[in-house]
Amino acid sequence: MTGNWLIELTGIVLTALLAFTVGMFYGGLRRKVIARAQNRVGPPVYQNFLDLLKLQGKTTNVTHGLMTHLAPVWVLVAAITALLFIPVLHGGLWFPNFTFKGDLIFLLYLMVMGSLGMALGVGETGNPNGAIGVSRGLSLITGYEIPFVLSLVAIMIQFHTTSLTDLMHYQQATGHWIARENPFAFLAALFSVLGMFHYSPFDIIGAPAELASGPMSEFGGKYLGSLMTGGSIFAFVKLVLITDLFLGGAGHPDAYTGAAGVLLGLVELVIKTFLLYMIPVSIGIVMPRFRTEQAVRFFWRWPLLFGALGIIWAVFWK
Amino acid sequence: MSETKDIRIITRPTKEQIRQAQIDFAPRCTAAGRVNDKETQKMVQYILNFARKHSLFLLAYGTGCGAIEIPATLTSRYDAERLGIRGAATPRQADVLMITGYLSTKTLKRVIRVYEQMQDPKYVVAFGSCTINGGMYFDSYNTIKALDRYIPVDVYIAGCMPRPEAVLKGFAKLQELIQNGNAGNGECYRKNLDWYRANQQKVIKNWDFPDEYNW
Repeated sequence: MTGNWLIELTGIVLTALLAFTVGMFYGGLRRKVIARAQNRVGPPVYQNFLDLLKLQGKTTNVTHGLMTHLAPVWVLVAAITALLFIPVLHGGLWFPNFTFKGDLIFLLYLMVMGSLGMALGVGETGNPNGAIGVSRGLSLITGYEIPFVLSLVAIMIQFHTTSLTDLMHYQQATGHWIARENPFAFLAALFSVLGMFHYSPFDIIGAPAELASGPMSEFGGKYLGSLMTGGSIFAFVKLVLITDLFLGGAGHPDAYTGAAGVLLGLVELVIKTFLLYMIPVSIGIVMPRFRTEQAVRFFWRWPLLFGALGIIWAVFWK
Repeated sequence: MSETKDIRIITRPTKEQIRQAQIDFAPRCTAAGRVNDKETQKMVQYILNFARKHSLFLLAYGTGCGAIEIPATLTSRYDAERLGIRGAATPRQADVLMITGYLSTKTLKRVIRVYEQMQDPKYVVAFGSCTINGGMYFDSYNTIKALDRYIPVDVYIAGCMPRPEAVLKGFAKLQELIQNGNAGNGECYRKNLDWYRANQQKVIKNWDFPDEYNW
């Protein structure tokens, strides 16, 4: 935080725009990658932008009440708020935003906000598919949150800090990524990311053939457009968080300076997040869908073990 | 043994009767009679129509045998997704309602409800001969013969049954109509609701639709 509100506002707008653009392009790339894996040509990379424009251009929208209106907005706001507490680049003027000591704990709470808002909105539509989807989603959260929290706690113990900026600073000062310093915590977090992205085999929430897209089944037109925007931004949030925590983050306050430095940092960020994003995507291409209890049981087995091992590693090998 | 012959006497309808029938049974919402508002907000409409035509969420209502052509159109062999056409899970999210084949009067009821749940602008693609004139079910007692008496149709794809190439050709026609501002009949349907409701109630015997719809 610099204290100059104009710079902060510019930073917020820039960060949100960056997250939106990158997130939407990643969504398009995912569709392209899936198409190529199925020996298809696939849609153009910018297809998601066209979809969004079309959805926002719908002339009628059916609503079921106030909370149905608010749910997509809630998802969007939760995604942008979570984004603002993550240092997208280390150092520099615009992209660190509101990062503060203890933001890691704050983010843990903030990251489930969107799902909860969505659950309230879906409840009002009264669609049974939506209700089943929400109950599955909350079950899945109880699955992947536990290894995720364990891995974060392991890092907090190992480095005696709850600040993302401190962790990034440590990694860039020593040149050792936390993925190497505590590999078990990294593994547990990676498994949790698989669950967070809701791609196969964990696409039990919005399974199109089973639940008619679950929670989203009653949201069309502009609501769906807002949900799509929120989802894209939130995908970027998750990727940046894992990159910051385990893969050294991007940007450098001393080495990368000036406009060229910011650009170089963004390129580094895009490369790292893209490689990370390809993990859930490529697993999603080849995997069929789990049932709900299989998914939860999966997270309570190996990822949980890795999380516990990460804590032991943090306590004894430090 | 006397020969009995069933002789049906057919009287020619008068000119007045023909004219009245033409007015009564002509489909209400067609592309020809539309006044498009391209002159107002030209640029915005152009961009929106461009996005609309390249992003068609398809709700394939698999009523008849034609449903088997849709998976082939959407998957690897013909890959409709490269044109921006992808399946939608629910009517709320869908842009295109595709009626694949004959419609029994029982199914027509569901189709009408699905159509009314979709959000504007919405398009209907009628697939196969059965939706045009009844096809091989032309004398069936419980299928409808012409779909556009009951819901407005944008594009017909003729054939029994049309191959995926024909389906893609039909979508190309729909895209052309969308770009010119000539597709999407939701507004017209609401305007002529009395006429459509009268036709629908003629064939649907156990009519139990709610009077007021939340579109």
